[in-house]
Amino acid sequence: MAYRDGPFENLKVPLGLTAAFAVLVMGAIAVLLIVSDKRDKPQADGFAPVRSGFSRVTAPVSGVFAAPVRWVGHATDFVGDYFGAIDENRRLKKQVAELKAVQDNYVALENINRRYEALLNIRTQPPVDMVAANLVSESRGPFANAQLIDAGTNSRIRVGNPVINEHGLVGRVMGVGPTASRVLMLTDVASRTPVLVDRTDARAILVGDGGANPRLDFLRGTDSVKDGDRIMTSGDGGMLPRGLAVGVAAKALDGTWRVKLYAGNTDTDVVRVLLFDDFSQLLKPDSINAPALAGMNTAPQPSADLVAKIEAVHPAHPVARPAAAAPTPQTQTLTQSQAQSQTSKVAAATATALAPAPDSAAKKKATDASDEKANAKPEHKAAEHKASERKPTKKKPTVKADVIPRRPVPYTAIPQ
Amino acid sequence: MRRPASRRHGAAVRVVGPLHWVIYPALAAMAATLVLSTHVRLFGLPPPEPIFGLILAFSWPLIRPSILGPVMLFLVGIFTDLVLDSTLGLWTLTLLAVYGVVLAARAFIVGQQVGVLFAWYAGLTTAAMLCLYLFTLVEAGVAPTIVGAILQWIPTVALFPLGYILIQRFDDTDVRFR
Repeated sequence: MAYRDGPFENLKVPLGLTAAFAVLVMGAIAVLLIVSDKRDKPQADGFAPVRSGFSRVTAPVSGVFAAPVRWVGHATDFVGDYFGAIDENRRLKKQVAELKAVQDNYVALENINRRYEALLNIRTQPPVDMVAANLVSESRGPFANAQLIDAGTNSRIRVGNPVINEHGLVGRVMGVGPTASRVLMLTDVASRTPVLVDRTDARAILVGDGGANPRLDFLRGTDSVKDGDRIMTSGDGGMLPRGLAVGVAAKALDGTWRVKLYAGNTDTDVVRVLLFDDFSQLLKPDSINAPALAGMNTAPQPSADLVAKIEAVHPAHPVARPAAAAPTPQTQTLTQSQAQSQTSKVAAATATALAPAPDSAAKKKATDASDEKANAKPEHKAAEHKASERKPTKKKPTVKADVIPRRPVPYTAIPQ
Repeated sequence: MRRPASRRHGAAVRVVGPLHWVIYPALAAMAATLVLSTHVRLFGLPPPEPIFGLILAFSWPLIRPSILGPVMLFLVGIFTDLVLDSTLGLWTLTLLAVYGVVLAARAFIVGQQVGVLFAWYAGLTTAAMLCLYLFTLVEAGVAPTIVGAILQWIPTVALFPLGYILIQRFDDTDVRFR
């Protein structure tokens, strides 16, 4: 039986009503999508897999579509460079002359800073690895500011990694796929970045509002910022490293303080992703929330020689042998500084017990240890010298160098 | 039965269907959105970022009410949300709302002069941007920049000639619905 001969032959569907019905159905689905999406949250929430898959597909397609646009952009750059070459040359010559003095000052300050760091034994941040990536596309509207870059998990990029260009901070990675990543820019309405004013060290939060110049909120102190102050990341919260250049402070017409971004409105389409591990990635939450004295039960066992010497002095109090205990998971979360602390306590007690008869080798080691300590911390040596002047007759027992290793705590992930 | 759109003697028979006034414009809108999302500076300025889907949401119900229109508008909206990285479904709902309003007021708009059509389009675009502005204000807790909203509104409204051409080109040409 043909369709036209059937019972629906004369059925007339009102087009307006069916279209309205379709609008309602599609609108309901759209509302569900809006409710369940969390675009400003890390990758695990919302439709991150959808966005990641879309980015992976559109990244190469967008690159092809963008080629003619880039050609036009390069052509306009060429025209602009041609007509502005003389002015730019004069400006650059002046800038080079100014920067020469700055460079000399920088070298001197770096030298002094390096000596101070060695003197104070400051735990400096290690150099951070970087990955270069090309910008594929960007959204510049008032409601969202994001960029798509052509590098992802295959290049070890993770959610939260900061993104910079040759001028300063651009944003941070909020979604990542194997070959593409989504970067939330500092100007996005969902962006909140802890920053500081370089001149006064005042803290603030950089809040994006979709415009070119994000706002400085929660600025502490009075007169803590003025026009032209350099703004950089503070590193508070551990999400970003401290000291990334952000921009220059400027007062807006409405009285609020805003930041002219160094990375804003640049035509460079290459960025670098800092493979920076924040504190939450370095530590397990359990180890952060552990009881304060948890480390007391996880001190390393004394060495066999140390045990023998202790038992020689105090035969009535046998000491547990070191080889018996296997490391527990709690032991593995112990930081090296805690372990050092426990070791030094045991060593101090042992040194007190062994004070009467140090042999010549021990004397030599003790002398070496004293020299090493004196080189590392002269202020401590000066304090000890003053104390010895006050009490010249009482000689403190020397501590052996081999039981108090002086090692810096490595700034790496704690073994899992 | 389909009837040819062109009745000139000797001309090939050309059937105008939803492929021409729904699918192709939707694909063109998606491609244009993708091209203008390129990171490029022309004489130091970024290219504009209009919402091409609003043209379709305004034109399609005037050309012909159809189930295919809202469905394609949904896809265009999702694509726009993903490219512009806005909340998924936000531009989708906005486009569908504009389509619904034009569908409801179709009897008042169809056959009017160009100025009236433009006034309707500009008004609807303004309302859509205002709704998005308020939604973003509530969702993010930060008032988006008004200047940025205006800078997106202007090129979007400037797309009206494309919508008018679309309406004139396909209005009442899908003869299956006569």
